Amino acid sequence: MNVALSIARKDLQIEWRTRMLLARVVPFALLVMVLFAVALDSEPLVLRAAAGLVWLAMLFSTMLVVQRAFDIETADAAIDTLLACAVHPARVFFGKALALFVQLFALVVVLVTAAIVLYGVTVSGSRVVLLVTVVISATSGLALVGTLYGAVVANMNGRDSLLPLLALPVLAPLLIGASRATEAAFGSQTIDMANGWAWVGLLGVYGIVFGAAGSAAFSPLTESDS
Amino acid sequence: MSIYTATAAVPGAAARTGTRTTRVIGVLALVTTAFVVVSAFFLTPADSVQGDSVRIMYAHVPTAWVAYLAFITTAVASGFSLARRHRTLGFDRVAGASGEVGVLFMAMTLLTGSLWGRLTWGTFWQWDPRLTTTLFLFITYVGYLAVRRIDTDPRQRARRSAVIALLAVLEIPLVHFSVVLWRSLHQEASVLSPDGDVRLDDLMLFTLFAGVAAFTLIFAWLVIHRQRLTALADIRQTVGLDAAIALRRSETSGVVK
Repeated sequence: MNVALSIARKDLQIEWRTRMLLARVVPFALLVMVLFAVALDSEPLVLRAAAGLVWLAMLFSTMLVVQRAFDIETADAAIDTLLACAVHPARVFFGKALALFVQLFALVVVLVTAAIVLYGVTVSGSRVVLLVTVVISATSGLALVGTLYGAVVANMNGRDSLLPLLALPVLAPLLIGASRATEAAFGSQTIDMANGWAWVGLLGVYGIVFGAAGSAAFSPLTESDS
Repeated sequence: MSIYTATAAVPGAAARTGTRTTRVIGVLALVTTAFVVVSAFFLTPADSVQGDSVRIMYAHVPTAWVAYLAFITTAVASGFSLARRHRTLGFDRVAGASGEVGVLFMAMTLLTGSLWGRLTWGTFWQWDPRLTTTLFLFITYVGYLAVRRIDTDPRQRARRSAVIALLAVLEIPLVHFSVVLWRSLHQEASVLSPDGDVRLDDLMLFTLFAGVAAFTLIFAWLVIHRQRLTALADIRQTVGLDAAIALRRSETSGVVK
């Protein structure tokens, strides 16, 4: 597991030095949030849709972060060198997923804050516990699926458009689950807390399934032909 | 396999993908399809509730069945392709051919389904769990075909598309379950239940099964031809490359300055 941690640290160090998240992804995600509000043009409607909009903005931003996470590996065939060091591919998978999780978690904190400031969402009392649990479980799912599909399209021509086409349908259950559970945490009229926790259960199953699938699939995905 | 070796030996020779087996399948498919067309339009009665729109069922149900059969075939072939990835690309070709036919038939399922929905429910689309799952599945396999079209190393493409096909199988129950849960939370009363209310008499049932048989035969015929065509295209590419290299070699060795 130390190997996975070193890989995560390496990715986060590269991110820290280039500050791609701060310079491009966070502004992009905030812009999306502003554009949603402009497009819907109604405060009650925006408040009602806030949870779904946060996760939609997360999904789009995840595509950018994942793209970046694999561009640094395929440049100069860095990942081949890594695998040549007899590192198990599953550890590379979990290491990269962990680094992605940390970045996406920072992003979702910004977006939830934006929802509170821009959309007028309120979170209080026991709802905070639900919100934190949803954010952690959904962000784990995003990081695992993102890493898996990032490896699928890594080094391919046209990967910028392929990644959303492949990953977004797979992320549909996560979008549904995270949006509904967050809606409950935001104090929606239509979904109560118990339903919110039921959705967290689905997010947990989702994360486990794709964690297992990713660690199994990473070996054939990163295999080199030379 | 003789047609492949023959083509490899003689570049430019006319290659055919048909054999006796595919001709038999083709003729059987034509005969059953003809029967289904006649029976669906003229012999079977109209439904007491839905009227003539029930006839869409004879195309809709078989296309859905073939689409799912195709995606299962793709998944199984992809599994074999991954397990034997150091040997041949044969399973990969079957997976790709089956995926293409599956997308075609799923498009027909969605089209016939929404036409029927317009006539019966009054809307082209309902966010019903089965419809929504089918739509996501359709988009997933469109993505699968997009990856297959990428011009890259064939073995790498085979591995990656096999992983996508196997993940798609994993995706189906997750999408379906989440959409069921989603709809159950705020379900609005619909005029008719999604299944409608169709009582099938014997001839209707027989026509439906004949439709399933006809479309399955068409599926088999298409997949066999398609994967042979891909094999020929692969050979042509290899032979073409060899010929081009040979040509360049003869150019340089022939020129003396």
